[in-house]
Amino acid sequence: MKAELRRWALAGAAALALGLGAASTTEAKTFKWANAGDVSSMDPYYRNETFLLAFLENIYDPLVRRDEKLGLEPALAVKWGQMSPTTWFFDLRPNVKFHDGSPFTADDVVFSLNRASSGGSNLKGNFTSVKEIRKVNDHRVEVDTKYPDPLLASKWALILIMSKAWAEKNNAAVAADATKNEENFATRNAMGTGGFMLKERRAGEKTVLVPNPNWWDKPKHNLTEVIFTPIPNPATRVAALKAGDIDMMYEVPPQDTDGLKRDANLKVIEGPETRVVYLGFDHERDELLESNIKGKNPFKDRRVREAFHRSIDVQAIRRAVMRGQSFPTNLMVAPGINGYVKELDKRPPLLKPEEAKKLLADAGYPDGFETGMDCPNDRYVNDEKICQAVVAMLARIGIKVNLLAQTRSKYFSKILRKADNSPGETSFFMLGWSPATTYDVHNVFESLIQTPNKETKKGLFNVGGYSNKKVDELSDKMEQETDTEKRDAMIYEATKLYTEDYAYIPLHQQAVIWAARKNIELHQPADNRFPLRFVQVK
Amino acid sequence: MTAFVLRRLAQSIAVLLAVGLVAFLLFRYVGDPISGMVGQDTSLQEREELRQRLGLNDPAPLQFARFVGNAAQGWFGLSYRTSEPVSRMILERMPATLELALVAALFAVLVGVPMGVWTGLYPRHWSSRLLQAVSLIGVSLPTFLIGILLILVFAVILGVLPSFGRGDTVQLGWWTSGFFTLSGLKALILPSITLGLFQLTLIMRLVRSEMLEVMRTDYIKFARARGLTNRAINFGHALKNTLVPVITITGLQLGAIIAFSIVTETVFSWPGMGQLFVQSVQFADIPVMAAYLLLVALFFVLINLVVDLLYYAVDPRLRSGAATAGARGH
Repeated sequence: MKAELRRWALAGAAALALGLGAASTTEAKTFKWANAGDVSSMDPYYRNETFLLAFLENIYDPLVRRDEKLGLEPALAVKWGQMSPTTWFFDLRPNVKFHDGSPFTADDVVFSLNRASSGGSNLKGNFTSVKEIRKVNDHRVEVDTKYPDPLLASKWALILIMSKAWAEKNNAAVAADATKNEENFATRNAMGTGGFMLKERRAGEKTVLVPNPNWWDKPKHNLTEVIFTPIPNPATRVAALKAGDIDMMYEVPPQDTDGLKRDANLKVIEGPETRVVYLGFDHERDELLESNIKGKNPFKDRRVREAFHRSIDVQAIRRAVMRGQSFPTNLMVAPGINGYVKELDKRPPLLKPEEAKKLLADAGYPDGFETGMDCPNDRYVNDEKICQAVVAMLARIGIKVNLLAQTRSKYFSKILRKADNSPGETSFFMLGWSPATTYDVHNVFESLIQTPNKETKKGLFNVGGYSNKKVDELSDKMEQETDTEKRDAMIYEATKLYTEDYAYIPLHQQAVIWAARKNIELHQPADNRFPLRFVQVK
Repeated sequence: MTAFVLRRLAQSIAVLLAVGLVAFLLFRYVGDPISGMVGQDTSLQEREELRQRLGLNDPAPLQFARFVGNAAQGWFGLSYRTSEPVSRMILERMPATLELALVAALFAVLVGVPMGVWTGLYPRHWSSRLLQAVSLIGVSLPTFLIGILLILVFAVILGVLPSFGRGDTVQLGWWTSGFFTLSGLKALILPSITLGLFQLTLIMRLVRSEMLEVMRTDYIKFARARGLTNRAINFGHALKNTLVPVITITGLQLGAIIAFSIVTETVFSWPGMGQLFVQSVQFADIPVMAAYLLLVALFFVLINLVVDLLYYAVDPRLRSGAATAGARGH
């Protein structure tokens, strides 16, 4: 009896084991990942924000997309270029279908580009040069620009193409607008041509994608389902990864990286991000808002800026504050961005405190001075701690810095330039910038370095109003220059000018840090986008 | 009785309006939602225009009046963060919060009251001293720490319970419930312990001290003299007389559980209203914050009303004098 029982039990166990084995070979490859925040909308023009655009790029395709090295490669357009300095053409990929099976044509492209440049769209900035977008035939679209715009295709790698018929049928033909009194259908639903289809959307809870079996591209992933969950608390996110409840976490807090690296089941993936974190001065006011020096602005003197620049030890910040997770720089753009000049990316050597004090004395401040400083405390990695370190470093050369660190929503409304083009209410501040629309240095010159001008819309984020006529001129010229060699020479010259002028104090690029289970293979681009099409579950 | 209820409801509208006005006066200090709503290279003119269109430049009382006007018509606006209707965002998350709060409150009462009775009846027993000591931990450890410790032990080390989320849910009309799936029930365990622990120790200590008090009174001695069983004395006479303060505290704490589930929900990534509120604060999402604060105020008002009505059920003295409804015990 007993023996028989055991035989049955064994047979049962064997059957169970076989069943399990069979199940695991054909097992669904579900990939679960988490981020601190949710994707705020399913509408691809809702925010000009890396995380949203990168997430939706899995569902929607652009005309041209970024490849693994951030170069451009064909997506919905197979060929594109300039027919004349002010006319672009895009030849569209034939036989592409939307997720609902309807065919993709030039009408969808014209519709999407118009939708992205009007209404509540947040991507209008990518259409300033555009005069007219027209359909030539079902597979060709041409664009006239007001002036030569060599970066148009580059900018439009962000513009995802949605179905015209679907949007019009569901009353979503205009981009979502927070000031309207009704919800836009595209906020919760999606209809693109991309490699994944939206299966379920529960805002704030989870978003489920499944692969598109009729995708035009050959998938490099092996997934059958993707579940994305926002987990705001970093400790919970780490615990969920360690427990295996998620397969990958996006944006790891730097203080947790060491602990994650020690876990044999996990791996940490890290690289430099394209955003540069920098400090800026008030160059514009004749008297600083928050200083004991009255009647003049010490930051107008290049020697003062040099003393500041050369007293801030970015290597020490890297070691002590960033735990090695930063890439110090002397430029306002990062490697990987077109127009990064490697020869000029060398920080001048640090000054001894006496030397810096001598510079300040030459400028007329033998006893140093006092200044306010503004800093966010939840925007960049360790932002407040970096500012505290800077305060201590400047104290050594006799500068008393009064630091005000606050949450991002309060911080930005204080320091950004005002609508009447007056400078931000700050003397000394921290910001981060990535030319994520064009991946080109001109965006940095235009937004951060050119003299602020309301009419031409230049220097809108030049918070402290730095102004150098020569740089302005070079920047305007490089905007329309189509000869790469001439353009590179202009970039070199302009870069040299602003670095030698100590216009800003670039600190570093922070690291993009992701973590995943050991059995996950993925690709991490430097712009912190996470493309699902490269994910493999082993 | 009906008059009493109606009067309380009228009062509650005044309370809600007051809460709303204070909330709107405070919103100017939470920061500027615009910087989160637009991309980094949106021009300042566009930012200003958006601010104007959202009415953020208006004085707080005017913004509040507009909010009340819309709310009276059932429209709470669109979220600044997601452009979804606020009413739906809150309704979708309410089941998660209410289920969690319910389980946490049941846990606190069903475990807390017996523990309180036990430690009250046998204050010198070693087990009572142990429970007292343990309860000190419950009172003094912060919620997020307890939550993280539980996750560490049960999800990371033992791997028996999920580390975050709500598990699978079942749709019952507009209500989503985690009560009917195994993963939903498992997901409830850790967060409800975390959320209910403080209340549990509070109830236990309250019942204990009330029991100690009551057991010294004369009518207990008389009950013993009458030869009643221990069980009848302890539960029929003693416990019942401790219940009025216990109900008050439990009721108020239920409101607190719903309101303070914010921390627990954040730790466990529980998709409820508390987590929504935290996300909204970070974003200065004024429509969501306003609606949430009013809702929580409404919960408090309603729970207080129910507590007041429960007194009638428990305390016979109130029933006899029910005509003068203002006379509430304790």
